[in-house]
Amino acid sequence: MTETENNKILEVKNLSTYFYTDDGVVKAVDDVSFDLKKGETLGIVGETGCGKSVTALSILRLIPQPLGRIVAGEIIFEGRDLLKLGQKDLQNLRGNKISMIFQDPMTSLNPVYTVGNQVMESLIVHRKLKKDEARREGLKLLEMVGIPEFKRRFNNYPHEFSGGMRQRVMIAMAIANSPSILIADEPTTALDVTVQAQILELMDELKYKTNSSIIIITHDLGVVAKYANRVMVMYAGKPVEFSSVDNIFYKPAHPYTIGLMKSVTRLDEEKRGKLKPIEGLPPSLIDLPKFCIFRARCKYACDECKGEYPPLKEIEKDHFVSCYRGKEFMEGIIERFDN
Amino acid sequence: MFYFILRRILQIIPVIIGVTLILFTLMYIIPEDPAKLILEKGATPEALQNLRVKMGIDKPVYVQYWRYIKQLAKGDLGTSYRYRRSVNSILADHYPNSIKLALAAIIIEVIIGIFAGIVSAVKKFSFWDILVTISTTIAVCVPVYWLGMMLQVAFGLKLGWLPMSGMGDGSLRYYILPAITLASVSTAFVARMTRSTMLEVLSNDYITTAYAKGLSNNMVIGKHALKNALIPVVTLIGVDLGSLMGGAILTETVFNWPGVGRTIYLAILQRDAPVVIGGTIILVIIFVAMNLIVDIVYALLDPRIRYEKKEIQI
Ligand SMILES: Nc1ncnc2c1ncn2[C@@H]1O[C@H](COP(=O)(O)OP(=O)(O)OP(=O)(O)O)[C@@H](O)[C@H]1O
Ligand SMILES: [Mg+2]
Repeated sequence: MTETENNKILEVKNLSTYFYTDDGVVKAVDDVSFDLKKGETLGIVGETGCGKSVTALSILRLIPQPLGRIVAGEIIFEGRDLLKLGQKDLQNLRGNKISMIFQDPMTSLNPVYTVGNQVMESLIVHRKLKKDEARREGLKLLEMVGIPEFKRRFNNYPHEFSGGMRQRVMIAMAIANSPSILIADEPTTALDVTVQAQILELMDELKYKTNSSIIIITHDLGVVAKYANRVMVMYAGKPVEFSSVDNIFYKPAHPYTIGLMKSVTRLDEEKRGKLKPIEGLPPSLIDLPKFCIFRARCKYACDECKGEYPPLKEIEKDHFVSCYRGKEFMEGIIERFDN
Repeated sequence: MFYFILRRILQIIPVIIGVTLILFTLMYIIPEDPAKLILEKGATPEALQNLRVKMGIDKPVYVQYWRYIKQLAKGDLGTSYRYRRSVNSILADHYPNSIKLALAAIIIEVIIGIFAGIVSAVKKFSFWDILVTISTTIAVCVPVYWLGMMLQVAFGLKLGWLPMSGMGDGSLRYYILPAITLASVSTAFVARMTRSTMLEVLSNDYITTAYAKGLSNNMVIGKHALKNALIPVVTLIGVDLGSLMGGAILTETVFNWPGVGRTIYLAILQRDAPVVIGGTIILVIIFVAMNLIVDIVYALLDPRIRYEKKEIQI
């Protein structure tokens, strides 16, 4: 028990992040709990708008102000609650112990500073390096992330780089201070397929080299299958299922997860089309129902489902699901892949 | 870059031809005889005619124009009807004063305008933001000469803190009121533009990246946001530099500032065509030069522009 406890590098407990918009309170992330183990890759999947990015941004407290606010929860890292850190401590943490890579490498780098300048900045801020030391280290980083002609490229501006190369620069910046956690929010969505694979390989390789943990957010279940150890499936701001990759793929216990899996097989068959897992739309995050958030789209809803929202329950060891009929799905009592 | 600058300088030539043509026509239409302006009231018709021949204004207008252009090509702006002095030397006397006033106005515009814009963007909807919004609205709406006169009355006449007009010994005190007047509208524009570009820039992904790296608020705003936000502001300031020179006509007149603006104003009253035309040509040249400087600064700020220009040259 104590061993597994110690193994946790990050623990998110009952995190809720809301946006106070003119239309009402958007519950982008509502009562989300999960943990991240040392050395593991945790995948977060779910449809667009389900709160994946907001979850990630909440960890580093990068929620856009003043609309967004983390209203509840704890984020425990190295024995401290990140939500209680002061500005200075927060700055020391960001880009140092925990760093982040974003979806769109075309817009994530500042267009008016050279790539080298931006990489050096990470080193100077946290390690207080002198300029020439930072330059040496920065060059090493660019080499490490596989930028060809990195010496010359160091003084280039972002617009002189391709998308894949920019994402490599983002990675170089993110790993500059050997963080314990790297959060990657759809790091390859904006890239070509071949480049995608290269970037993911690079991240995986660096994870082993630096002995860090990764949280990877993605739409792509193939990426999850290949790189993640555990997966959290999110729906409408809540985690609906959380378990190992094998469980998620072979013993899914939530009808939404099952729907996602089916859409993958369908995609394989047709080799085209957009990811449209399940009939219907997710509920508005502004007024979520009191009962199960997935009920409206669920074919298997029963009387019990009209009651309270089903809490995340451990139906077998390390397999959490928020569905009253989760066990039935898991054990195949309800046919998983029927129509 | 060199070709770019050269091309821009050559572009001035057609602009000057156009400007002189318009002014020449206008001044020609005015039914006033320059010879009468120069000679005493009781001058004989023969004396007047002699003078006209000597000045060349007995010739048809196109001949006069051609002569003027030939002169201009040599850098000679002609002779003032009123003062019988070369326009070059009259303008040379007054230009430094105008430029000094314009510089003072630009300093106000840049420092106050950009600072107010940043504060109101970063502290959106705060007291400061509202204050900036209200005062910029007032500054834009109020006529320049009215503002000038109000300042004169308030700080010169009533409070007696600052001189009301003229340049005096050229000390800083004399600059304050006219520079504020001259800068008022532009400062308001700069503040508003800085605010809006700053807000736009702050919503960019690279700002989130900068925060995610662990940079302080000051670093993110002062380094990452500001340089991007200033790119459009620099353009505005540049375009504005030229109009500052033009706006100086009103301000200089109100404050009795011995600059080119006032000289042109007086020359118009006195129908002193060579001074009006010469002064305007200098305004145009300065306008184009300022724009050129701005484009160069712009390219220095924004590497993407620099890159495109490089490509065009090849
Ligand atoms: N700045 C914001 N203001 C208001 N609402 C926001 C803001 N950012 C996010 N949201 C809301 O929060 C919800 C979750 O957004 P989030 O970006 O986390 O989705 P996501 O799961 O990352 O989707 P995607 O896969 O498209 O990136 C969305 O429904 C969105 O409406
Ligand atoms: Mg997202």
